[in-house]
Amino acid sequence: MQANRTGSSQSALEMAEENYIPMWLLAELTYACPVQCPYCSNPLQISASRKQELSTKEWFEVLRQARKLGAVQLGFSGGEPLLRRDLVELLQEAKDLGFYTNLITSAIGLNAKKISEFKEAGLGHIQISFQGADEATNKRFGGTDSFEQKMSMTREVISQKLPLGLNFVLHRNNLHQVTKFLTMAKELGAEFVELANTQYYGWAKHNEEHLLPSKLQLEDAESATNDFRRQHAGSMDIFFVAPDYYDDRPKKCSNGWATTMINVTPEGDVLPCHAAKIIPGVEFPNVRNQPLEEIWHSSELFNKFRGTDWMVEPCLSCPEKEQDLGGCRCQALMLTGDAANADPVCSLSPHHDKVTAITEKAQRPFNPEEPVPLLFRNMKNAKQFQTD
Amino acid sequence: MSMHKLNIDTEEFKVNPQYRLQFEEAQGCYVLLFPEGLIKLSDSAAAILERCQQGTTLETLVLSLKQAFPGVDGLEEDVRAFLEDAGQQDWILPVGT
Repeated sequence: MQANRTGSSQSALEMAEENYIPMWLLAELTYACPVQCPYCSNPLQISASRKQELSTKEWFEVLRQARKLGAVQLGFSGGEPLLRRDLVELLQEAKDLGFYTNLITSAIGLNAKKISEFKEAGLGHIQISFQGADEATNKRFGGTDSFEQKMSMTREVISQKLPLGLNFVLHRNNLHQVTKFLTMAKELGAEFVELANTQYYGWAKHNEEHLLPSKLQLEDAESATNDFRRQHAGSMDIFFVAPDYYDDRPKKCSNGWATTMINVTPEGDVLPCHAAKIIPGVEFPNVRNQPLEEIWHSSELFNKFRGTDWMVEPCLSCPEKEQDLGGCRCQALMLTGDAANADPVCSLSPHHDKVTAITEKAQRPFNPEEPVPLLFRNMKNAKQFQTD
Repeated sequence: MSMHKLNIDTEEFKVNPQYRLQFEEAQGCYVLLFPEGLIKLSDSAAAILERCQQGTTLETLVLSLKQAFPGVDGLEEDVRAFLEDAGQQDWILPVGT
């Protein structure tokens, strides 16, 4: 899942702060994926083997336990969740348990029959992602010939009256296509569009130099988005999510570490956010060995950065510490070497220069002729990062 | 996002069929669920929306609420204010859309 709807996640947050209920379960069903997005936020160490994936019964058990803890919004994500042959069974079980289910997909492998089966099985909402606003760009950054498929499945989902969101993931090589994206979305009849700038985790971090846009590119894209909103007021909800690196205050990690979100990986590891697998020196709890309730309340990982007690300066004495909870732990780790430091996106962080050093390099003007040597997210490329 | 904004005085309305109203034991309250989000509802908001599940008019709704909560001052004004807001947010839609 690339990003949340900013507007709705806030109301989810308000109710979580009282007693930490994991209202959001992100179920990453598989790391297998037909798309090879170089901005994927999955870990670099994805395994090519699917043998370790949780079984249907194990996912049923995860869903049941999460529901008991109070989870109610469910995201089926990946990888590509359509690759799970038991997806209809999982959707049905989720519905029976009372979840509202969101399917986060590339639309590759989708067809009209499946959409109707999913709807019948209780799917609440489907999010289709595009890698470009035309066939060539979509292929160049997704590594697949899938543009027409995405277009026709978008039309099909709309005609079957299943709530739909389109997600355009943006970076320096497609940011100029914002108006084209929005025009296309409007012509397709989408009611909700997310323009989600890449955030720099996993594969995206590895490819950062060739993905991070310049400040000027971002400003142009935001103003194009605002122009579109003015010209087509009332026809489409558009969310524009800027990259963290250009903010001067950090964002809370997943609405606050271990306050709202619970993420289960294809192999059953349980994380407070989908990037947390990089946190060193901690044992990752797994649903195969431990009940979810125990993991949520008592595990070392979930308690490590909960609340504010773990903080160091300048967060510790900062009057804004409750607002952002020190920001993203993974960003702190990747850029400062210690996950307990302030997120260096914050201009008060003594490591803020690490962020400006990255953004400064991105200020070169966008040149469509510039070579873009990206490492694509596929199993062949993942091999070099395997540790075991 | 609905193009047709609801007029609660002249139109029948119902909970947006893409939204789901349900009671959550863990939170001890009703919530309204929609794509990638939820709203926690107060008891009075839930009492109103529960009565809009099948389609209703303002008059029928207020009558039903007055029967369930007799003697509440300013009930109609409160209901009206809530519905105006709920219509703006697309929680409720005109019947037939």
